[in-house]
Amino acid sequence: MAEFDGVDRRSSHRMDKSITLPPDEIFRNLENAKRLAIDIGGSLTKLAYYSTVQHKVAKVRSFDHTAKEAASDNIYEISVQEEITARLHFIKFENAYIETCLDFIKDHLVNTDTKLIKATGGGAHKFKDLIEKKLGLKVDKEDEMTCLIRGCNFVLRNIPHEAFVYAKHADSEFRFQNTHPDIFPYLLVNIGSGVSIIKVESEDTFERVGGSSIGGGTFWGLGALLTQTKRFDELLQLASKGQHTSVDMLVKDIYGGSYGSLGLTGDLIASSFGKSATTNKEFSKEDMAKSLLHMISNDIGQLACLYARLHKLTRVYFGGFFIRGHPVTMHTITYSINFFTKGEVQALFLRHEGYLGAIGAFLKGAEEDNPNQYSWGENYAGSSGLMSVSPDLNPMQRARSGTFDMLEMDRLERKLVNLPLLQDPSSYIPDTVDLTEDPLAREYWLYCFEEALDGVVKRAVASQPDIPEAVERAEKFRHKYRDKLQTLRQQPFAYGSLTVRSLLDTREHCLNEFNFPDPYSKIKQRENDIALKYYQKAVHALDALSWEEKHFALVRGVLAGNVFDWGAKAVSDVLESDPEFGFEQAKRQLEERPWLVDSYDQWLERMKGPPHKCSVFFVDNSGMDIILGVMPFVRELLCRGTEVVLASNSSPALNDVTNGELQILTERIAAMDPVIQAGLKDERLVLVQTGSSSPCLDLSRLDKVLAMVVRERKADLVVIEGMGRAIHTNYYARLSCESLKMAVIKNSWLADRLGGKLFSVVFKYEVPPPPTAVMTTAEEDEENSVFAP
Amino acid sequence: MAFNGHRGDDDEVVNHDEDETPTKQQQQQQPPRCAGEAMTDDPTHDPADGGTPADELSATGTRTSRQDSMRKSRPPFPWFGMDIGGALSIRRYLTSHTAYGQTGLRDVHLELRDLSLCGRTGTLHFIRFPTHDLPAFLQMVRDKHFSSLHTTLCATGGGAYKFEADFHTIADLELHKLDELDCLIRGVLFTDSAVSSDPASECYYFEDPSDPERCVQRPYALQDPYPLLLVNIGSGVSILAVYSEKDYKRVTGTSLGGGTFLGLCCLLTGCSTFEEALEMASQGESTSVDKLVKDIYGGDYQRFGLPGWAVASSFGNMISPEKREGVSKEDLARATLVTITNNIGSITRMCALNENINKVVFVGNFLRVNTLSMKLLAYAMDYWSGGQLKALFLRHEGYFGAVGALLELLHPS
Repeated sequence: MAEFDGVDRRSSHRMDKSITLPPDEIFRNLENAKRLAIDIGGSLTKLAYYSTVQHKVAKVRSFDHTAKEAASDNIYEISVQEEITARLHFIKFENAYIETCLDFIKDHLVNTDTKLIKATGGGAHKFKDLIEKKLGLKVDKEDEMTCLIRGCNFVLRNIPHEAFVYAKHADSEFRFQNTHPDIFPYLLVNIGSGVSIIKVESEDTFERVGGSSIGGGTFWGLGALLTQTKRFDELLQLASKGQHTSVDMLVKDIYGGSYGSLGLTGDLIASSFGKSATTNKEFSKEDMAKSLLHMISNDIGQLACLYARLHKLTRVYFGGFFIRGHPVTMHTITYSINFFTKGEVQALFLRHEGYLGAIGAFLKGAEEDNPNQYSWGENYAGSSGLMSVSPDLNPMQRARSGTFDMLEMDRLERKLVNLPLLQDPSSYIPDTVDLTEDPLAREYWLYCFEEALDGVVKRAVASQPDIPEAVERAEKFRHKYRDKLQTLRQQPFAYGSLTVRSLLDTREHCLNEFNFPDPYSKIKQRENDIALKYYQKAVHALDALSWEEKHFALVRGVLAGNVFDWGAKAVSDVLESDPEFGFEQAKRQLEERPWLVDSYDQWLERMKGPPHKCSVFFVDNSGMDIILGVMPFVRELLCRGTEVVLASNSSPALNDVTNGELQILTERIAAMDPVIQAGLKDERLVLVQTGSSSPCLDLSRLDKVLAMVVRERKADLVVIEGMGRAIHTNYYARLSCESLKMAVIKNSWLADRLGGKLFSVVFKYEVPPPPTAVMTTAEEDEENSVFAP
Repeated sequence: MAFNGHRGDDDEVVNHDEDETPTKQQQQQQPPRCAGEAMTDDPTHDPADGGTPADELSATGTRTSRQDSMRKSRPPFPWFGMDIGGALSIRRYLTSHTAYGQTGLRDVHLELRDLSLCGRTGTLHFIRFPTHDLPAFLQMVRDKHFSSLHTTLCATGGGAYKFEADFHTIADLELHKLDELDCLIRGVLFTDSAVSSDPASECYYFEDPSDPERCVQRPYALQDPYPLLLVNIGSGVSILAVYSEKDYKRVTGTSLGGGTFLGLCCLLTGCSTFEEALEMASQGESTSVDKLVKDIYGGDYQRFGLPGWAVASSFGNMISPEKREGVSKEDLARATLVTITNNIGSITRMCALNENINKVVFVGNFLRVNTLSMKLLAYAMDYWSGGQLKALFLRHEGYFGAVGALLELLHPS
């Protein structure tokens, strides 16, 4: 019960005032901080606040054609503006630093009218006076259990890969879970000094259904008595070295072997500490600690299972200081749960478990801002990530001595939801390869991103030619991202499953962090200009073709356009050295049919049939891709009577076309093309943003408006274009309507792995099986094997 | 992990009647009385006799009467059933008058006299000794030529498997090994029915468990027992859902049982026997060792309806070095007892809810002379279920496995 982290009174009085805090790195953006909340546990303090971050964003604005057309060749102007966004900061540090930290906060908390700090945790009352004195804020205590649940809901809802299964002996110790669209109901087992078992049914409905007095305090207290070891961590360390079989009475000690008729194997513990009742020998501290750990973990696991069964719940999350990232306890709890439920229930742990109370207290204090109406995203640039628990890297001691752990979350512009067309939202995994579980692929991609770093830095500097300090910022970016890559090399699980998408997103976050909101803006602008000039010609050429030729040319056009991708090194080298590299050359690079994945014949057959009602087209790059590849294709769909929803990124990522740019481009094309013109006018062609700023695509986190449009228009065709969106992600995505995934493989390693070569083509047209069909066809098995190492 | 089932723990030997085994007074070739009586099977017994003086009985058991029709199929007389467990404590074999070897004890108060079984009337004796004394027992059995009387012995508990070879090689006895849970249930049901007419009912409960002053033991008529949850607390704990004599399942078990209580007490206090540990526990206070809800919240934790006196963290105060210095061995023994007992209570309660059963019978050697735990269990069942669950206890706490084994001898199933 009670999430009271037993406070070790002695150590907590040992204040360390000597440390100096690097102000740029922790407690960031304190100037405007408000809604402060603090969660003080037995050994760690967690601080939360809400702040606004001023950063640069790239905007495009159409020129007034009539007056200024002559002034510039450009179709639009690019400006960098200051934008203020909201960010949540969470910092975790040892209680020993609390005084220093409070002083620091006081000095930096300037522009705030905050009068109050929300507090929770067992240590909150103890430090109340200190906080009030130092900060001059009134401490307002919040119920810890309520905070815990609020925090838990928040991270489950907003952080993909928050929950994981722990598998000690697996290649990656952590197996991250997909975010379920509906997080409720679940059971939270909080193991503090005692155990509380809470059933959570909705944001505001939860109930403490049970608990146990045998918890972390029992391990600690009894362990201290038995082994004369004072610290909790030391006890765990002892336990990890011990052998419980010398202390416990096993089934085989009673039976001489297993108890077959009950299926109890000989190694099961029949009686914890049973041997110490019958022999007089001395037991080692390690063995007793291990036996104690097993006893307590098993007992908690058993109770958790009984409660899960009684309440018919399969999702059981474990938290509290007994767990808090300790591999030994995660392992024993997992083992126990597996034993008692035979796999029906999985023990789930949370990456940000330590922050739940602070997040919850913050949310309580921020109710008037209504934080739950927004979607939030973990900022990879500002978050520390999960520490390694591997004994080789980090033997037992986590987040100790002077380290500050941080979590930052950005408030997203829009509320994100599932694409309504996912066949099974709960099993949807955006990413094609989990690099956490694929060491070869991980090695390659980490190397690849490291290699590309110079180019990215150069591009970033070039994007801000008039700003001298850009070079310095770009170097900071370089260090930050290189550090992230180093961390990920050691701890691939630091931010959930490692994927190409997460590597790309981390890079975008780091670029934004150092105010490079859109390094490719000028390139995109130039390429859009050039491509627009060819648009009419391209359309005329297509119109001259026979029906079959035209359809093939349209598809080849999309594919050729997709070659123009600054995100792919093989291509950016070419583009860099040969600015004249053109659309026709790109077409010549394309693989001849049959393509690596080729369902073009089925697609063509489908095109002979009735038009689709509405197509959602997830577009990729600026320039040739969108203008000469995608637009003619869209035009054809419109001509066939299909409505088209063009879904593009909300903010920049690489040279991907953003919604802002696409608005302008579409207008310009409409001016030349009556079909597009009419489409826009009749709203049969609409432009909607995805809510994303990633070069990849997570169909479970899309702008609510897009989902609404898709639903209202009864979209029956989803087109996904490009390597990031159709290969790195969504390659296996199952949709409930027809789908078309088109991409050119612009990376020779990936091509090799897929059994193709550079510029191989993936053209994957899929029709969902009728509702009763079984999903695994031979064809699918074959596909799945494609990515197997 | 967990485990276990065996609880049995204890090992005792039951002997039915008459005799007894290797009593020390018996001579080699002729295990005295047992033999004689068994053979004769004469219907002597007068009631007076039936109630022979304790010492005599112990030595020899009782007399018996029988019915002719059953004679042939009956095994030779003295009848035994053994349950060899993990050794919760201590018990020893049976033997003569009072002393059954050095560590054997006969629980005279549990004897069932004038019991008709298989055509004979006799006394059922209950004798226990520690499993670790089994080798000595076997030695004695050999010395007394017990095998001349019996070649097969019905035995249950883990030890029946573990020591089977020893029985054969040392004592020249074949063990008829029986499943311990089968024996347990058979034993419980038989014993209850055998003494149902007795005013000192086998089954009892505690009235007013929430009020220590008024809490009294009351007989309970277990006429319509099913379904019931049977919780056998030996070294470890097994929890069975019983729907009929033959229809039961082991719901779960826990390794936190009597062995854990004694094991931890031995380590924490230096005691060495169950009785000693219990004695200490009865003199201690667990509230200095455990952290209570009120220690954290200053009173009740109303948000969740937790009373201030509830234990929030067992041994939770022991994380503080000062408090570790301030507790007595008795306090530690008490806290251990309370922790283990309450934990068994809460697992039991969850099983009862999951199985939808509202009657719980607690048995096993852990409860022997352990009124403290019984009252705690009675209280926990009552309080946390809001009066929905009834905790029942049986006088022959730890002997049901042995009784079941004995029955198997007489009525092979």
